[in-house]
Amino acid sequence: MAIDRAQVRHVARLARLALSSEEEERFAAQLGHVLEYIERLQAVDVEGVEPLGFAGDTSAAAPLRDDVVRPSLPRETVLAQAPQQNGEAFVVPRIIE
Amino acid sequence: MTPDLLPLSQVSDALAARTLSPEALLEASLSRIRSLDGKVHAFLRLTSDEASAAAKASGQRRAAGKALGPLDGIPIALKDIFCMSGVETTCGSKILRGYVPPYDATVVRKLKQAGAVIVGKLNMDEFAMGSSTENSAFGPTMNPWDLARTPGGSSGGSAAAVAARMVPGAFGTDTGGSIRQPAALVGCAGLKPTYGRVSRYGVIAFASSLDQVGPFAQDVRGVALLLAAVAGFDENDQTSSTRPVPDYAKALDLGTRGLRIGVPREYFGEGLAPEVEKAVRGGIEKLRGLGCEIREISLPNSPHAIATYYLVATAEASSNLARYDGVRYGHRAQATQLLEMYERTRAEGFGAEVKRRIMLGTYALSAGYYDAYYLKAQKVRTLIRRDFDRAFESVDAVLSPTSPTTAFRLGEKMDDPLAMYLNDVYTVPANLAGLPGISVPCGFDSRRLPIGLQLIGRPFDEETLLRVAHAVEPAGHPLPPLVEGR
Repeated sequence: MAIDRAQVRHVARLARLALSSEEEERFAAQLGHVLEYIERLQAVDVEGVEPLGFAGDTSAAAPLRDDVVRPSLPRETVLAQAPQQNGEAFVVPRIIE
Repeated sequence: MTPDLLPLSQVSDALAARTLSPEALLEASLSRIRSLDGKVHAFLRLTSDEASAAAKASGQRRAAGKALGPLDGIPIALKDIFCMSGVETTCGSKILRGYVPPYDATVVRKLKQAGAVIVGKLNMDEFAMGSSTENSAFGPTMNPWDLARTPGGSSGGSAAAVAARMVPGAFGTDTGGSIRQPAALVGCAGLKPTYGRVSRYGVIAFASSLDQVGPFAQDVRGVALLLAAVAGFDENDQTSSTRPVPDYAKALDLGTRGLRIGVPREYFGEGLAPEVEKAVRGGIEKLRGLGCEIREISLPNSPHAIATYYLVATAEASSNLARYDGVRYGHRAQATQLLEMYERTRAEGFGAEVKRRIMLGTYALSAGYYDAYYLKAQKVRTLIRRDFDRAFESVDAVLSPTSPTTAFRLGEKMDDPLAMYLNDVYTVPANLAGLPGISVPCGFDSRRLPIGLQLIGRPFDEETLLRVAHAVEPAGHPLPPLVEGR
């Protein structure tokens, strides 16, 4: 299954990834190669088959806990990891004029 | 043999007998890391100060007869995917360089409570995406058996550190084979537990319906001790199971007589190196000699596993990795517009393989393709699980090679993503089905590169896997030339 550079650009925008033109070209070829391999799934008969999203323990699954307020990390601890912050909030480039 | 070269369970016995102290053991571990890691590059960073304090406290407990358990005083290293309070955690990515988590992953907390001495963080493929550790943003890890070859991946640092005897035990994660494949390629034991057996709280997410945490050690008994320390319900991981945690090490003494072992014909076909097949068949004959009943079985949907995996895993990864946006932690690119900031942050922070998988996953989830790709893959996943359910009606464990080949050369598969993906052909089905799997050494090829044998079990039946793996594992644990040469 071929994938062209316009599709690569569209998907990159959805994924919030800036790609160089060299990357666009390379990914178009590599993703096409992988998608070609994945095409084999289309031949598998899944008529009436339910999708499997959770392969975990359904018989001893986690119980719901009581909905009570519990301590969380202090604000300054969380903000300390941010590239830019003002002591109260994360700071990002202006989005509203 | 010096005590620190012994497999984990024997190190534990030596600590209990007080013929070895935690302080001396840590010194031996750090000394071996200092002398060998310049060549192997298993570690991204050491936590020597914390480790020294932990070893000292352990020594005092051991002297007072108040050991916290079999791991008290044992040096352990962690894949750099586990958040550890106050210690930089990068997940092998530039985008997380400098990130210092403010909390411990549940696995880290439990290891500290068991008295383990955490010596450092181990190299890995970026965000656990890869089968060779070459996708680390901080350079590859080398295989201790041949420094020109990879140790596998994505937990290649964990496997290499154990194989080079830098630590008796290590932890990694396995989303499509990332514990079992490197264990096979370096000649140690590595276990991926059942989905839900070990908490993932504080473990940086890759594909949440597949990710599971597990241990590495030279010996199967060591793996059993490590699993027992971290398994169990955690209210911070909704997918963790409330089932009680058995005494895994005790299960090893039950023997294997009468167990039925299934050998799936689909796992012995095209692409399997003849020397690997020969060694695995040797393991089968060993089990037959120990009273196991060997049955040929079929898992007819396993040829679809890689295609299914690369849709499910990349779709989930594209969603999980959306959090790296330069706002709350990690790298941020300079930009005046918000959208430009996101796009450039991610362009600068992620490596090529991570970008490729985000692109594939985003494509598979995008409008018009969801039904044909992601939903279809989830349905094939049901068929793969059903194959195993049917097999486990007549066998107690499934046996196969872990990896189709022994360790490959650095750079050999870097230009061909699909060739790299096909390395996981035998390991991916257990993740898709949520089943436990273990890789255990079963011999060497003519280049003296290790070969691994995989066992897959029923959900939450790690005990049977450990019993069979213990019966298969070699009596001794040969040292790589790198370690012997010292």
